[in-house]
Amino acid sequence: MLDYRHSPAAIRALVRDDAVHRDVYINSELFDLEMERLWRAAWTYVGHDSQVPNAGDFYTVNIAGQPLLMLRGSDGVVRVLLNRCAHKGAKILGAGSGNCGKLLRCSYHGWTYSLDGSLRTVPVKSGYAGTRFAASEAAAGLTAVANVAVYRGFVFARLKPSGPGFEEYFGGALSSIDNLADRSPVGRLEVAGAALRYMHNSNWKMFVENLNDTMHPMVAHESSAGTARELWQEQPPDAPRPMVIEQFLPFVSNYDFFDKMGVKVYDHGHSYTGVNFSIHSSYSAIPEYAAQMEAAYGAERAQSILGESRHNTVYYPSLTVKGAIQTIRVVRPIAVDRTLIESFTLRLVGAPAALLERSATYNRVVNAPTSVVGHDDLYCYRAIQEGLASNGNEWVSLQRNYSDQEKEGGSLGVHNGTSEISMRGQFRAWAAAMAPSGTGA
Amino acid sequence: MMQAAGDDEALIAFVYHEARLIDEKRFDEWYDLYADDCRYWMPLMRGQPQSAEHTSLFDEDKLLLKIRIERLRNPKSYSQAHPSWCQHILQAPRMESRDTQAGTVVLRTPFMYLEYQQDQQEIYAGVAWHHLRLGGEKILIALKKVELLNCEAALPSLQLFP
Repeated sequence: MLDYRHSPAAIRALVRDDAVHRDVYINSELFDLEMERLWRAAWTYVGHDSQVPNAGDFYTVNIAGQPLLMLRGSDGVVRVLLNRCAHKGAKILGAGSGNCGKLLRCSYHGWTYSLDGSLRTVPVKSGYAGTRFAASEAAAGLTAVANVAVYRGFVFARLKPSGPGFEEYFGGALSSIDNLADRSPVGRLEVAGAALRYMHNSNWKMFVENLNDTMHPMVAHESSAGTARELWQEQPPDAPRPMVIEQFLPFVSNYDFFDKMGVKVYDHGHSYTGVNFSIHSSYSAIPEYAAQMEAAYGAERAQSILGESRHNTVYYPSLTVKGAIQTIRVVRPIAVDRTLIESFTLRLVGAPAALLERSATYNRVVNAPTSVVGHDDLYCYRAIQEGLASNGNEWVSLQRNYSDQEKEGGSLGVHNGTSEISMRGQFRAWAAAMAPSGTGA
Repeated sequence: MMQAAGDDEALIAFVYHEARLIDEKRFDEWYDLYADDCRYWMPLMRGQPQSAEHTSLFDEDKLLLKIRIERLRNPKSYSQAHPSWCQHILQAPRMESRDTQAGTVVLRTPFMYLEYQQDQQEIYAGVAWHHLRLGGEKILIALKKVELLNCEAALPSLQLFP
């Protein structure tokens, strides 16, 4: 039995320059190691600060097996705490979100904590007189995650104490979050309503890779977007295009379209497609909004903000952003073949309601567990999950537009849109985290 | 049959019939039950107001219903390589309200809905609200609102129509 945990060389051998071994998708030991070595060392997305607008507001999540809570303190600061009572370990907040008032109180023995996590009261504290209590972990209260960054409202945490800083980790990829937030005339976003929650019976990496895979839409989505196109062709040419048709049709654009879209690759596995234009470029104008943006930013800057039409930005490994339509998809791996995808709709604060309507429609039509587009994609991920059991060919090809120059840092920057270079970049980051150089054989 | 009179029994039979057409995949007949300005709506949250500003699981107009139906028949719908089948189990529909002047009625129907595909069977439950328009040549569905019991849960692919 191969033991990946104690064999960095075996892990390194899974990632070739232009292919990966099937075990990265189907081996559960590797999944556990991914949570430890990749996810907990990465800056992962926790939530948006608009989900906790007031003191005592909380939002609970599980990231890489860690129960966490995002909590707004009485000082207005958003913290990320381990959701675990310092006494016997019960989750301190059971609900998904809400307001806990002025303090957190454990449901079991009633220990209470201030909103910054510090221990406030313990019933009949005299029982601890003469014990080591005061110097112990229990007295330290709820453990706060030390490395938290709030960027334009997006709350990220790095669970491992050491590692790259936030800006260093994401680098230029943060420009997609900037562009998304800048689309609000006042530069602010709010999560609008509940998330669409779609359980995928497939490995998390298939979803993440697919976000910058531009060779699949015209094939996989021919059934959904292609059907929409066929039905629409029966309409007179001057018929007004409904919003859903406007959103569906670009999915079945041709290879040339997706190739010319371009892909931009950053270090640490991040990338975005739609450098030059994207499937979101030809939506109908909303004149009232354009005027608002000009008033807020000036004509030139407004044009440069709205001129960006990025397709998907991958904030490896936990978040994908669609700035041009104001939706984000959050990746929560659960097991080697189980991944929860949560899709949030964002409101551009100060923008006309028509923008939110467009985002809410897109999110439903494309990202819901009831979405025909989603059914197309998940079918393919599941087909891979099952197909990879095949012996005889243990390699997954990532060779499209590969060049040896990539090895010498030539992978960064802009490339043709249908290249698989973004996936190769993800696996370079994967290998670096899973089997750091200098960790021996 | 004088459907315009809105005879309760005929309306209740209509609700059963609607579910049966889905279960038997008689989608053309099913599609014709819907008014041109219909909505097939499944909210994402309990008590969600009907507003375009909140996303939903379904919020289909007639065009989207048509796209779904045609997609199910498209040979390139690979997610239907193993076809999905469903079964509605309805509790007796009850007349909730009636507006004689407008010629509209609302029926409430608690249900269980099973969707099956390739060795896998999912069980859903909820309450369906049929807003029916009477007075024309036939009964039409103006709005079917499906309140799923686990609307906010993480769901697998749900491919047919609860």
